[in-house]
Amino acid sequence: MNARPPKETRDPVLRKKARHLPPGLRSRSMHAMSARAAQGRFALQVCADCGTATYPPREACPQCWGTLDWQDQPNGAQVLCETTVRVSTDLYFRDHLPWKMGKVALDAGPVALVHLHRSLRPDDRAVIRCMLDRGGNAALFALPLHTSGDIDMTDPQLREFVVPIKGKTVLVSDARSAIGLAVVKAMHDAGAALVVAGMAPPDRPLGDGAQILSLDGVQQMPLDISDQTSVSEALSKVGGPLDIVINTARHVRSGGVSAHGNLVEQRRAFDISAMGLSRLAQAAGPMLAGRSHGAFVDLISSDALSGSASHAGFAAAEAARLALLQSFRHEMRGAGVRVMSVFTGPVEDEHFQSVPPPKVAPRRIAGAIVDALTQGREQTCVGDIAQDAMDRWLEDPALYAREKNL
Amino acid sequence: MSRRQASYDGVAVCAPVTVPYVRFSNETAHWWAGAALRQLRDSVGLTPADVDGFCFASFTAGPDTVVGMVQHLGLTPRWMDHLPTGGASGVMALRRAARAVQCGDADLVVCLAADTNAIDSFRHGLANFSRFSQDAVYPYGFGGPNATFALITDAYMRAYDVTREDFGKLCIAQRANAASNPMALQRKPLTMDDYLGARPIADPIHLFDCVMPCAGAEAFIVTTPEIAERRGLKAASVLATIERHNAFPDDPVQLRGGWEMDIDGFWESAGITPGDVDCLQVYDDYPVIVAMQIEDLGFCPKGLVGKVIRQTDFTISGNLPLNTNGGQLSAGQAGAAGGFQNVTEGLRQILRQPLGDQVPGANIALVSGFGLVNYDRGVCTGAAALKAMS
Repeated sequence: MNARPPKETRDPVLRKKARHLPPGLRSRSMHAMSARAAQGRFALQVCADCGTATYPPREACPQCWGTLDWQDQPNGAQVLCETTVRVSTDLYFRDHLPWKMGKVALDAGPVALVHLHRSLRPDDRAVIRCMLDRGGNAALFALPLHTSGDIDMTDPQLREFVVPIKGKTVLVSDARSAIGLAVVKAMHDAGAALVVAGMAPPDRPLGDGAQILSLDGVQQMPLDISDQTSVSEALSKVGGPLDIVINTARHVRSGGVSAHGNLVEQRRAFDISAMGLSRLAQAAGPMLAGRSHGAFVDLISSDALSGSASHAGFAAAEAARLALLQSFRHEMRGAGVRVMSVFTGPVEDEHFQSVPPPKVAPRRIAGAIVDALTQGREQTCVGDIAQDAMDRWLEDPALYAREKNL
Repeated sequence: MSRRQASYDGVAVCAPVTVPYVRFSNETAHWWAGAALRQLRDSVGLTPADVDGFCFASFTAGPDTVVGMVQHLGLTPRWMDHLPTGGASGVMALRRAARAVQCGDADLVVCLAADTNAIDSFRHGLANFSRFSQDAVYPYGFGGPNATFALITDAYMRAYDVTREDFGKLCIAQRANAASNPMALQRKPLTMDDYLGARPIADPIHLFDCVMPCAGAEAFIVTTPEIAERRGLKAASVLATIERHNAFPDDPVQLRGGWEMDIDGFWESAGITPGDVDCLQVYDDYPVIVAMQIEDLGFCPKGLVGKVIRQTDFTISGNLPLNTNGGQLSAGQAGAAGGFQNVTEGLRQILRQPLGDQVPGANIALVSGFGLVNYDRGVCTGAAALKAMS
C-alpha cells in the first residue's frame, strides 16, 4: 500500500530539472573556515602576533606577517554597498537569478562580500551568519537585525542555505522509540506534509506514542533497518518524493569489551548503528538527490568521538556510524543533499536509566533536529555532555580519549 | 615619501601596432602575438634579430609564459619580462622596458600583449582567476567583474553624487570617438536613452557599462632615440611614470586608486600639469574607473567628478579628448591587450598616426592603467606621460 493518496502531479514526458552546485573550488584555509561553519561557528583567522582579524583566509597576517589562528568572531556588520546580479555564466546561479549580494564591514574588522537578505540596504546594520552553501562550503549571509532564531523561509536565496520542513515529506526511523516519537511529533508540528514513521519490530502496544502516531499527516510504516528487504520495501512504499530522512535508530547497551562484554549485543549495535545507516542511506540517497532541499539527518552519540569503557560496543558502533556518515556526506554533496549529524550524550530514556544526569530529553533532541534543518547546520551538539565532549575532542583528541575513561 | 624619479633620457617609444580585434577567435594567443610581430615586420621592417628585449602580457597563452613565447616566436633576447597584470600591463611594460633600454640591458624591446577569445573562454578564464576570487567572490552569485564593479559603482555614486547620466556621458563620448576608428567593434552611435534604457546586468551596471571581450593584440617598441632615428621611426619620450599596487588596503570600498598615492610627484617629475595634456587614455573596464582616474590623476578634485563630467567635452575635438580610439568600451577588450591599447592609442595620437580622427595639435598623452581584480578591487595601477619627440 502506498503511504499517500495517489496524485498525478508530474508530466512523465518532461525532462527532469537538472540541479547544479555553486562554484566549489576552495583553498585549504577556506576549507578550515567551512569546517567551522559546519558547526554553526563564524570564525576568522586572527594574527597570533598583532591580533588583527583577516579575510579572505590567508597564510600570513597582512599587517605584520605573523601566524594566523582561527577564532570565533562577533557577528555584527554594516552594509557598505549592494548589487543584484542579473547575469551569470555559472549554471547554479543562473538557476537562481536575480541574486542579491553586497559588501559589508564586519565588526570583526575586515570587509567581506556576502549574500544579502532582500530587506537590507547600504548603511544598514546586519547580522552575519556563516552558513554552508549547496556545495558544502562556508558562505557569509547578511541578515537584518532582530532576526529571531527563525529563518525567513520566504526568502528564496536564504532557502538555498537551509532545509525547510513545511510541506515536505519526512521519514523517521525507529519511530517507536522515545526519541523517534519526539521527532515525529516535532516534524508534524513544524508543518511537514507527511511524516512516515518507521516502525521497528517487534510489534507491541504503542502506549503514549499512539496519540502521536495517529496524528493527521503521520503514517506508520514497518521499517527494520537491520533488514535490507524491510528497508527497500518501506522506501518503495513512500511512493513519491522524499525530502528528509531522519535516522534515530540505535542500539544502546552497557558493557565493556572483555569485562561484561556481550558479543551478541555488540554485533546488534553494529548492525543497527553502522550497517543500518548504510542500508538506509543506500535506499534513500537516490530519492533525496532528486529533491530541491534533500537532507539526511543522523542522530549520533558523542561516544562516537572516542571509546567508552562503560558502553564499549555501543561507542564502537557509533564510531563506525560516524565514519560512514562522513563518507555519505561527501557522496551526497555532489547532489546538493545535506547530510547532517546531531550529537547527543546520554538520553532521558529507558536505555540510560542507570546513568546520572545531566541527560537530554527526547523532546530536546527533536527540537535540535528541527533547528539543525532550518538553520542549515551540518553538525549540532545537543545538551551539555555532547557539547563538552565535542569541545574537548576538538581541542585534544588524545587527551580526551584518556580522560573520558578515567 | 619616495625619492624623486630619475629622468627617462635616452628612451624612445615608437611603432604602436594593433592587430584588428575580432569578437571570437579560434586562433591561440600565440597566433595573435605572431600577428602583432608580423605587423611590426611589415610596418617598420623589424626582424627577429633586431629584438634583444621582450616584454609579454597575456591571460590565454597558458601553459606558456614569456619563456615559451620567445622560443615560439624565434627571439633571442638578452632581457625579458612577463606581466600578469592585465589592465596595468601596458604602462608597466613601458616603464620596465624604458629602464632596460636606458641602462643598456637591451637596445630594442618589443612590448606585446596578445589574447584570444574562444566562445567559452571568458567563463573558463573567470573560473580560475585568483585564490581570493575562488574563496570569497565567485560563491556570491558568480557575477564576475560585473558584480565586483557594480559594488564599487554603487558605493561611488552614493559617496560622490555621481549619476548614471554622468557615466552615460563618458560612454557616449567614447562611442562617438570610436566612430572614426575602423577597428572598433562597436561604432554605432549611442544615445543617452539607449544607455539609460539598457538591460541591467548587476545593478547599477547596465549593458553599456560593460566591455565586450574579444581577441586581439597590441604592441609597441621601446628603444633609444638613436636607433629610432636610424630606423626612421617617429618616437615619443617618456616624461614620467608611476605604478602602485594594493594601495589603500584599508579603504572598505575602492573609491580611489593607487594613482592618488604618487600623483603629485608624477606631475612634478613630468614638468607639466594636467592642463598640458592633449589626450587622456585611461583604462576603461567600467565607466566608474574612468571617473576615478579623472580624479586621482589630478584632472579634478576628489568628489567633483560629476560636475566636471557635465562641463567637459570628451570627444576627439573636445577640451579633454578621452580614449580617442573608443576605449575598450567601444573598441572591445582583448584581454591583456586591453591594458596596452591605451598606450598604443596615446602614442598614435602624439605621433600623428591615428587609427581614426586625429586630436588636433596633440603632443602630450597621458596613459593610465588599472588591472587585476584579485578580490574586491583592482590591485595594480600605473600611469605614464608621453611627449612627441620633435
